[in-house]
Amino acid sequence: MLDFSPFLDLPLIWGGIIAFAIFLYVVLDGFDLGIGILFPFAPSENCRQKMMNSIAPFWDGNETWLVLGGGGLFAAFPLAYAILLPAFYIPLTLMLLGLIFRGVAFEFRFRTNPEKRLFWDYAFHFGSLIATFCQGTILGSYVEGITVSGRSFAGHPFAWLSSFSLMTGVALIFGYALLGATWTLMKTEGKTQDWARKVAYYALTYVGFFMGLVSLWVPFINDDIFQRWFSLPNLIYLSPIPLLTLGLGMSLIISLVKKKETAPFFLSISLFSLGYAGLAISLWPWIVPYQISLRTAAADPKSLSLMLIGVSIFLPVVLGYTFYSYYVFRGRSSHQELY
Amino acid sequence: MEFDPVFLSRIQFAFTISFHIIFPSLTIGLASWLAVVEGLWLKTGNNTYKEIYKLWVKIFAVTFGMGVVSGVVMSYQFGTNWSAFSDRTGNVLGPLLAFEVLTAFFLEASFLGIMIFGWDRVTRGMHFVSTLIVAAGTVVSAFWILSASSWMHTPAGYEILDGNIFHPTDWLDIIFNPSFPYRLFHMITAAYLTTAFFVGGIAGWYFLKKQHLPHARIMLSMAMLMAVFVAPLQIYLGDLHGLNTLKYQPAKVSAIEGIWETEKGASLILFGWPDTLNEVTDYALKIPKLASVLLTHSMDGEVKGLKAWPKDERPPVLPVFFSFRVMVGIGLLMVLTGLMAIILYFRKGLFTQKWFHYWCLAMTPAGFIAILAGWFVTEIGRQPYIVYGIMRTAEARSPVLGETVFLSLMAFITVYTFIFGAGIYYIVQLIRKGPPSKEGASYGSHDLKAPPL
Repeated sequence: MLDFSPFLDLPLIWGGIIAFAIFLYVVLDGFDLGIGILFPFAPSENCRQKMMNSIAPFWDGNETWLVLGGGGLFAAFPLAYAILLPAFYIPLTLMLLGLIFRGVAFEFRFRTNPEKRLFWDYAFHFGSLIATFCQGTILGSYVEGITVSGRSFAGHPFAWLSSFSLMTGVALIFGYALLGATWTLMKTEGKTQDWARKVAYYALTYVGFFMGLVSLWVPFINDDIFQRWFSLPNLIYLSPIPLLTLGLGMSLIISLVKKKETAPFFLSISLFSLGYAGLAISLWPWIVPYQISLRTAAADPKSLSLMLIGVSIFLPVVLGYTFYSYYVFRGRSSHQELY
Repeated sequence: MEFDPVFLSRIQFAFTISFHIIFPSLTIGLASWLAVVEGLWLKTGNNTYKEIYKLWVKIFAVTFGMGVVSGVVMSYQFGTNWSAFSDRTGNVLGPLLAFEVLTAFFLEASFLGIMIFGWDRVTRGMHFVSTLIVAAGTVVSAFWILSASSWMHTPAGYEILDGNIFHPTDWLDIIFNPSFPYRLFHMITAAYLTTAFFVGGIAGWYFLKKQHLPHARIMLSMAMLMAVFVAPLQIYLGDLHGLNTLKYQPAKVSAIEGIWETEKGASLILFGWPDTLNEVTDYALKIPKLASVLLTHSMDGEVKGLKAWPKDERPPVLPVFFSFRVMVGIGLLMVLTGLMAIILYFRKGLFTQKWFHYWCLAMTPAGFIAILAGWFVTEIGRQPYIVYGIMRTAEARSPVLGETVFLSLMAFITVYTFIFGAGIYYIVQLIRKGPPSKEGASYGSHDLKAPPL
């Protein structure tokens, strides 16, 4: 039976694939969740319409990456899936309920008279807000570590709740708001665009603050993480990451000042990717932090091999037509009724 | 009150998946039907087809949206509520679900955008291709998820290592496990029939209201074609599936039949009340020998009774027994509808007989009820196992508190009831509004006043 394990490091490759899927999810659903977060603050109904229209063709494709992240984790690291999901039972359930409200709001909002839209506007906003907060909280609590006994989660149902995880929950709200604002900046013009630029400044300020806070806090959560970043020679090898982050933050500010339209969005994505890389470096080689490594949790090499073939064929295809769909709906968003 | 996490998790899974399956059932059927309608429009140039497409693609979009959000929930529940199951079966079932996401979900999600919003942005041909791709995506998705579900009923191609972890030994045996082909064809056909009766019911309603008659004629004709040809086929596929179940899960069949004693020349119980306590089926209305004839294709064939299994190996009899009768009853009503349609067609009364339009309207939800009943039969009938014969449902649970599951279940019920209510409300509104009255009054498929580019 098909097995690539003699010549490929399958757990490592799969760790990379899952990390890539989750990253794409964070960036793609990040900007449309960000739109939801900013939604009620938009200056007019017209702006809201434009913002909604700019993401309506994409949101379920974006959310599919969340299914790939979850499904992929189940398939590639079943042990990690079996430990992590019960550990995050409450925030995951709240996140899913939030995603339900915001997902159906797309369809339902368009079908409601403008006077009665308020309900779905808020369903969209609070759904996005709760989903984002829960994702941030899950991330924070993940970084703090999970209590494991044998092959299962052994902590308290509220073990995910801590000052650190609450902070990361709030931080992610500003992170997604930045992505949403820079997306709006790119996809609209006039009043909406001016407003989005202003919002991007504010969001960026908070993102900078929280990135700094997280960077200072995480090394003190776990001694290994401290050693990884602050011992020599790692300090030198890893120094490009904080330096690049600073540089990117600066260029993002400059691009906003210079009223660039597309650069801020892509610079925000780069900022996210560096933060993500920083986390990955901190957490290596754990998939259930400080308890279970990628290798221990990996599925049978035969399963990983089969799926690797699937991914090699289909992931480029998926990326291809995802790109095609963004290409078809390129250009500025209209405020007219899409449906 | 005792909060049993296993029982509550079962209820939660049953509730969320029952809610979910309603939407794919309709989207599988609607996507294929819309492809046919758009194809007919391109071929004949008859704008009535285009207007039908425009009405139904909106209903499709609402349905698809609800299917997506309720589907995301499913992909996480294996882990949140059934983590021991996920840990043990991940090697085998994980790849099937991963292939579903890779080969179907992304395909559907990306091209759905073009199907709904892209009318003015791509050529007619490309739009048609997008519809075809979405239709194919729904079927491919059904392929993988039914393969995974079937494997849990008839596990094959695996070995158990490291104590209790399932490992794959043959992927083709896993994917094409013994009950999979039956389950797949039975479900796809069910989705097509459900859609046909849904569309036919709406057509009946338009006839009764004397509105949108050109559209209603096409909708009713196409729906009745399905009833005439596909409903009998479904009965045949169901029979094959039943025989396959008899081979691999005989206890389920005994529960379906409500038969307690093993006997030769067993009678078929049409109706009755299975009494689990005393192990008899009361008030049974029987047809002699028929159970043996149906199940063994011989007058004196032996049919096993439930008593052949110890009590802790038997599925709950009552829900299986009744759900089966609901499913088969609706199936027979569908065949009957097809027969009525043939007679009315030759008497030229298909579009004029009011009583038939009322009948079609009454049958609008029939498919959904039959699909739910069918899944109740197969899933409850599989108990007490989650992987049939190997892993019990009680062993599959997550280390979560019953109280937590109770709260999440209440939250799901509240939210889903509300969302479902809103969804039905909007779908009824769309149907009430009907197809766009005149081509040209609005641009494209979504009432855009002008092309956005």
